[in-house]
Amino acid sequence: MTTTSTSAATPGFLRRWWPWILIVAVAVILPFVLPPFRLNLLGRFLALGIVALGVDLIWGFTGLLSLGQGIFFALGGYAIGMHLSLNSLEPGQLPEFFGLYGVKELPAFWQPFTSPVLTFFAIWVIPALVAGFLGYLVFRNRIKGVYFSILTQAALLVFFNFFNGQQKLINGTNGLKTDTARIFGELVGSDAMQRTLFWFTVLLVIGAWFLCRWLTTGRFGDALVAIRDDEPRLRFTGYNPTAYKTLVFTVAGALAGISGALYTVQSGIVSPQYMAVPFSIEMVIWVAVGGRGTLLGAVLGAVLINYAKSLISEQLPETWLFIQGALFLLVVTALPDGVVGWLRQGGPRRIQEMLGWPPRAATYPELDLDPAVLAEKREIEARRSGSTTVQGDQP
Amino acid sequence: MTALYDTLFNGLAIGSVLMLAALGLAVVFGLMGVINMAHGELMMLGAYTTFVVQNLLKNGPLAGLFPIYILIAIPVAFLVSGLAGLLLEKTVIRRLYGRPLETLLATWGVSLILQQFVRSVSTAFFLGLIVAVALGLLAPRFTPASWWEQRWTPLLAVGRWIVAGGIGIALASALGSVRALGLPWFSARNIDVTAPQWLRGSIDVAGVTMPTGRLFIIALTAIALLAVNWFLQKSVWGIRIRAVTQNRPMSSCLGIPTETVDALTFLVGSGLAGVAGVAVTLLGSVGPNLGGNYIVDCFMVVVLGGVGKLLGTVVAALGIGVLSYIIGSGSLLLLWPSMPAGLNETITFFATTSMAKVLVFVLIVLFLQFRPAGLFPQKGRMVEA
Repeated sequence: MTTTSTSAATPGFLRRWWPWILIVAVAVILPFVLPPFRLNLLGRFLALGIVALGVDLIWGFTGLLSLGQGIFFALGGYAIGMHLSLNSLEPGQLPEFFGLYGVKELPAFWQPFTSPVLTFFAIWVIPALVAGFLGYLVFRNRIKGVYFSILTQAALLVFFNFFNGQQKLINGTNGLKTDTARIFGELVGSDAMQRTLFWFTVLLVIGAWFLCRWLTTGRFGDALVAIRDDEPRLRFTGYNPTAYKTLVFTVAGALAGISGALYTVQSGIVSPQYMAVPFSIEMVIWVAVGGRGTLLGAVLGAVLINYAKSLISEQLPETWLFIQGALFLLVVTALPDGVVGWLRQGGPRRIQEMLGWPPRAATYPELDLDPAVLAEKREIEARRSGSTTVQGDQP
Repeated sequence: MTALYDTLFNGLAIGSVLMLAALGLAVVFGLMGVINMAHGELMMLGAYTTFVVQNLLKNGPLAGLFPIYILIAIPVAFLVSGLAGLLLEKTVIRRLYGRPLETLLATWGVSLILQQFVRSVSTAFFLGLIVAVALGLLAPRFTPASWWEQRWTPLLAVGRWIVAGGIGIALASALGSVRALGLPWFSARNIDVTAPQWLRGSIDVAGVTMPTGRLFIIALTAIALLAVNWFLQKSVWGIRIRAVTQNRPMSSCLGIPTETVDALTFLVGSGLAGVAGVAVTLLGSVGPNLGGNYIVDCFMVVVLGGVGKLLGTVVAALGIGVLSYIIGSGSLLLLWPSMPAGLNETITFFATTSMAKVLVFVLIVLFLQFRPAGLFPQKGRMVEA
């Protein structure tokens, strides 16, 4: 309420776009302020924000709790990892680890990854196809709820065991290193490259956010929410939930693949640990803490929790599991809509009321300060300026 | 023929461990629809209880009982895990009935806490924890009653736990500087339970070498299975449990205390996890991560068997056990030495424990394509059934 006079003076453009201007400004400045190590961490966590957006799409909006997003995450990571192990080799040379296991010839499924174009598609098309296939099999049989969660977890374990056990094909448990490889003649692990990757990640997070927002608003989004809230009813209304669920699971798989690729190039390695059971469950908790059903919450949750994890693990490694476990319990029992959901539903206001300083809302000393009047004024102004931009939940 | 018996015995041995571990899960999941991700950690508690019982009986006045410590550990482990499960039900799961996905996440959180608890518990830590819990619970007693009827009471309720936790942590770290008190009880390392003398040998029957430890586990599983079956079918509380499973509101109307039934079901299920933990100690050293190795397999047993029928759990566990052993050991090659080269290569490719798991899980998922509700589904006319 206090900023009324200033906001009346600012042009409509600034008022509408300030979150974006802020984000761009922060994204441009951060690489020059943060030390390279912290910047790298932030870039990685932003990459995890993309997979969290996918989890939010399928769990927060559609009610499908997948505990196997790690599959698609790691597939994307392996796609870029394989390309990077190949692209800086002399012709006829093999990646180093093949020598250890006596493999003389490049396995056939490695061949396409020599091409950067094919790799670019493989990063998101392969996880999407795998997700679509798995999802179709499961959804076709109307397997849902906890059965779906258990099956995705079992699938995760299948992939984990496979990648972990196959030394001769993909270097097994050691994974593939990427930071000594080169993209566009620049070392992937170098500071300049990492800075570029950070910006690239920010761009992709924003892109993924817009994609998810486009999917969750409008009729498609309504159908997703309907599946979450009452699937039989949607089915009896004449819709086919299988198609919607498969499609949204595919999209989440593709997002996970992109996220995995970005994470891999910034952490310098891809290994079967990306398919470990706890990691995939952690993805769910990022979304749960940030706020399921709110896209902003998914990204914020991923970044904040991982940042907290790395800070706490540096200082007091023993306490992190306690804190993480407590977070799970707290979010499920006390904050079912996460932090962002709590803020949006007037959480701080309730605390204010409990403390005995309720914000004044009923009457105002001046009519001009009433929020309803202010909103109306803004609306009229917007209409007058001829802008037709869609109003929505901007961060 | 010997190879066949050998395969059957080893498959049975693997399957019986799985069955014992999945039995408690089947009771809880099948009867209450609650996904308990902390089930593996309750097993771990059972294993650690065995370790403690062994060390208590090794020296001291009760040393005469040492040869049968494992028999003593079984009821103790049942009690410890059962009470831990009961606590879990009373504090967390009770609030989440009817929200299975939330229960899944909450119990996963509990499993993380239990893992780290076993790693870092020391006398100082334990005392700090007791003090914190006692302070939190007793806070309303020592504060004016009017404080608990105010607008800001919810904040106070949260605040007292924060303060109590802070005091507990401060106390634990203060006591922890004393070396004797700060020493972890178990630490993060694996612990070894030495099997008693009479469980270390092996018996030869018809050319098959059967380690007595494995035989013991098979016998234990059989007894547990019979006991659970008797409990559910014949005992009064078992019949009440089944009644609540079938129709909760109606049972409640007929005077069955449904909350007690829930708590009891959870206690029995968790206690069975503890017994499974005792059995697991005979297979090798156990550590805080024990639970993670079993939980997914257990869920696959329950899903494959179908919910609500013990027979399904039995068949599924034995089936998975035998199948894993046949694939993992590559014993088909021994049975049929002159098989075509392509098939031979495929079998060798999957002939490791982890690759066998890959194949078995893929087979289970394929099987669920034809029977989505498992081997022995519950029949019903509900849309959601």
